[in-house]
Amino acid sequence: MINMREVYLENQANTAIDERVLKEMLPYLREKYGNAQSINSLGAVSKDAIEKARKQVADLVSAKENEIYFTSCGSESNNLAVKGLAAAYMQKGKHIIVSAIEHFSVLYAARRLGQEGFEVTYLPVDKYGFVSPDDVKKAIRDDTILVSVQHANPEIGTIQPIEEISGVCREKKVLLHTDAICTCGTIPVDVNKLGVDLLSLSGSQFYGPKGAAALYIKRNVRIIPQIDGGVQENGRRAGTENVPAIVGLGCAAELAKNELDAGYKKMIRLRDRLITELPKKIEYIYLNGPTEKRLPNNINFSCEFIEGEGIFLLLDGKGIYVSSGSACANKALKMSHVLTAIKVDTAVGQGSILMTLSKHITDEDIDYVLAEFPPIVKKLRDMSPLYDYFQKTGKRHVAGPGTDYEHEHEHEAEEDQ
Amino acid sequence: MPFYSEKVMDHFQNPRNVGEIKDADGIGEVGNPVCGDMMTFYIKVKDNKLEDVKFKTFGCGAAIAVSSMVSEMAKGKTIEEALKITNASVAQQLGGLPPNKMHCSNLGADALQKAIENYKQKSGGKNAE
Repeated sequence: MINMREVYLENQANTAIDERVLKEMLPYLREKYGNAQSINSLGAVSKDAIEKARKQVADLVSAKENEIYFTSCGSESNNLAVKGLAAAYMQKGKHIIVSAIEHFSVLYAARRLGQEGFEVTYLPVDKYGFVSPDDVKKAIRDDTILVSVQHANPEIGTIQPIEEISGVCREKKVLLHTDAICTCGTIPVDVNKLGVDLLSLSGSQFYGPKGAAALYIKRNVRIIPQIDGGVQENGRRAGTENVPAIVGLGCAAELAKNELDAGYKKMIRLRDRLITELPKKIEYIYLNGPTEKRLPNNINFSCEFIEGEGIFLLLDGKGIYVSSGSACANKALKMSHVLTAIKVDTAVGQGSILMTLSKHITDEDIDYVLAEFPPIVKKLRDMSPLYDYFQKTGKRHVAGPGTDYEHEHEHEAEEDQ
Repeated sequence: MPFYSEKVMDHFQNPRNVGEIKDADGIGEVGNPVCGDMMTFYIKVKDNKLEDVKFKTFGCGAAIAVSSMVSEMAKGKTIEEALKITNASVAQQLGGLPPNKMHCSNLGADALQKAIENYKQKSGGKNAE
């Protein structure tokens, strides 16, 4: 059997669990199975494990232990932040501000609030995905209770000027939430330096297990639970604690804190190899997102004249696992909202390919990608009528007579709700 | 279960009849790049038969597999037989397509019909039914 190299470049979706994390977790899946709320000895073991993890997570983001609340996933943290805060402060006002390129767990939580009588302002971003602190300032009104801007965007890597945005929010006395799910464990995150009131993070993004995430809630910030029940998490999030996953999250947080510097320096170097070397090998590809203030593990290119799903399926056949923001690769059949917000040409954006590195990626992996990627692009371009037209005329295809516009409308009708 | 059937993957990875016919008797195009799918079919007709069928496709795995399958199904058929190829029969031949791909990517038969229409117009209606 041929032993094909496997290069996993979808670390924005999930990271491989660190063996040391798994080892810490296993006793809590076996003999240490007590419910942390039980007052017997086995319960106390679980309770202690959770509190240790809370300290580890707090240390990762320079928070206090009693400001860390465990949840089940990043989406839950974001929902709790946006909806929980809106419910707690609705007497003060019913206006919230989010950026247009937030994760769906923020965007759709905001949309839900919009359906329930809140007003939502969606902040535009520039062509690199940056939110302007000045736009935040202009959008804030007397009845604004929350601004939510992600620390970085997982698709195009843009790291937002959160410190400046928090300055604006403090001045205007508005609370600020940041979704730091793709930055925690990848770049330094300090809640005090950032100046945020709430911050979401998830362990599965930094070599921890799925099933445990956290929300930092600054002291004195009120929040209404979105899951009612027991007194877990200081009454702010009911439900039996997922002890093994929380232990894993804590362990992953500690490892991330200790190993962050080495990890991200290596990733920046390998990221920049792909960003500089791929365009030398492939014509008509365009980097999405900024070159500066970019996540160390994020690479996103649009390959003109071809479609992203075709690219990633052929790369998949070579053991290279990537994703795409194209409409075809998206179950809703729409180009990604992030590429739309940075005004990527709709035809060009169909060829977008997202690659995110982990600490495990090596130079040999990058060499392999650089060798396998260009022939795949060539293969697809050789069968593309758009490329054919461009080759013959030097022009980009403009939908001409006979073009089936009804087809386009079909997509709109299928828009997800 | 993988996203696509084995047959779809085979036609996607090794598409049949990719290319262009320089002196085509009929050309049909459907879709547009904004949607993410565009197919151009070329046909060569001799004695009322599709002597050659070629295509170029911009699109996802399903779109490419569908084009390949249509070209294979149509080649050698009479005009009348080829007109009976439908998007549904193509999907069936491919062992099914994921539900969200049934409408957007499954346009190969439409492109073929357009190429046949184009041929009929070009040949002055003498072959029209």
